Amino acid sequence: MALNDVEQRVKAVIAKNLDVPLANIRLESEFIKDLGADSLGIVELSLAFEEEFDIDIPDEKSDRIKTVQDAIDFIYACAK
Amino acid sequence: MQSDRRDGVRVAVTGLGLVTPLGLDRATSWAALLAGRHGAGPITRFDASAYRTRFACEVKDFDPETFIERKKVKECDRFIQFALAAAQMAWQDAGLGASLGPVARERMGCIIGSGMGGLETIERQYEVLKARGPSKLSPYFVPSTIANLAAGQVAMRLGLRGINYCTMSACASGAHAIGEGFRLIARGLQDVMVVGGAEASITQLGIGGFNAMLALSTRNDDPAGASRPFDAGRDGFVMGEGAGVLVLESYERAVARGATVYAELVGYGATDDAHHLTQPAPEGEGAQRAMAQCLAEAGIDPEVVGHVNAHATSTPVGDVQEAQGLAAIFGAHLPAVAVAATKSMTGHLLGAAGGVEAAFTVLSLHTQTVPPTANLTAPDPACALSLSTEARPVSMRYALSNSFGFGGTNVSLLFARCER
Repeated sequence: MALNDVEQRVKAVIAKNLDVPLANIRLESEFIKDLGADSLGIVELSLAFEEEFDIDIPDEKSDRIKTVQDAIDFIYACAK
Repeated sequence: MQSDRRDGVRVAVTGLGLVTPLGLDRATSWAALLAGRHGAGPITRFDASAYRTRFACEVKDFDPETFIERKKVKECDRFIQFALAAAQMAWQDAGLGASLGPVARERMGCIIGSGMGGLETIERQYEVLKARGPSKLSPYFVPSTIANLAAGQVAMRLGLRGINYCTMSACASGAHAIGEGFRLIARGLQDVMVVGGAEASITQLGIGGFNAMLALSTRNDDPAGASRPFDAGRDGFVMGEGAGVLVLESYERAVARGATVYAELVGYGATDDAHHLTQPAPEGEGAQRAMAQCLAEAGIDPEVVGHVNAHATSTPVGDVQEAQGLAAIFGAHLPAVAVAATKSMTGHLLGAAGGVEAAFTVLSLHTQTVPPTANLTAPDPACALSLSTEARPVSMRYALSNSFGFGGTNVSLLFARCER
């Protein structure tokens, strides 16, 4: 899976799940601070990533995914 | 207006919001009700082909995003979506705006009843659990399922910082919510209460469960004619869904701000049969006491009651017991009481029924018009009541709304016309 492909799909999942425009989603955006998620929204987003990429994100790992870049890095590492 | 014998604060109804199988707002629902239209049709919420009952009164074309931001919709089971829609419409109707300060809002509360809570979400999440394991359960499973989150979501939406909870008493849930809200205002503990009921149980477990009790009509070849309270051909109730929400407010406060007062809530009776799991007590004994409590609280004689919106679910036993209870309360005056069984058109909205029917009762008083009872082609002689298949003008000062539930629970609400 190409890194660029992962980035586009991650951003699409975030846009749909948090109902924010794609243009507002930057690599350094934090889900809670910048994109309007709350603690439950983060869990839901994590489930959506699992579904989209057919992966498992353990709870202790998902705790460390705070930004869009964090999510891309984790998913890209899983997919390799 | 009656002499106010109660010591407490008088309670006005200043807002009404409805989402019903007859329409997505109050005006549409009320107009359809007066026209005698019904909300029944084949079940579309799930594949019901294997069920004994394959029709229901569904809410049609409801778009939750009309009332809830898109990303919040997934936090809310359908019953909460209905509650949010009805509560926002009621609030807007009452004209209670954003200018209210935080301290005033501490004296504004919300009680929304539900008989079943988020059944559809429970079913879907259980499927996720079985198919994919516990780690895939949604974080919104619990908050969209538990029954008190209808009131919780409404409070967040409207900024109601006072008392907040849920009444869960089967088909009396909505009526209990209204009665308890009434008590809080009457005792001076709250100034405004957003109260009512919400339900969305047209689901696999909902239909299957009530089918297992043999409670539902199985007239699959004639959904339109299936809900027929007080008719000799009735064979069970028809499941409905939706929400009915009222804004209650201290009468003095409502008048001071120039609000439209649709009616005054003057009596709340609540009893239990202590008799049987699902069947009412003989001669509607518990229901009689609930109605008598209402009359006593308002300090009126039964002769001044002009209308009863009956519980009347279209079950063979329940309708007779209610008719007997009405006969015992009203005696020789019974033929002068215009009775309506609106479930003949809406179906039975379970925990929402009390909210929806209280709103209908208030509108009946406000417009001095009693809705029809549909499908009354062969009135059951055991239910000798003044019923009509057409809407009728009735000059009345007082009207009762009855709601009874499994567990033998009975609620009556007594409303008075406001002459201003």
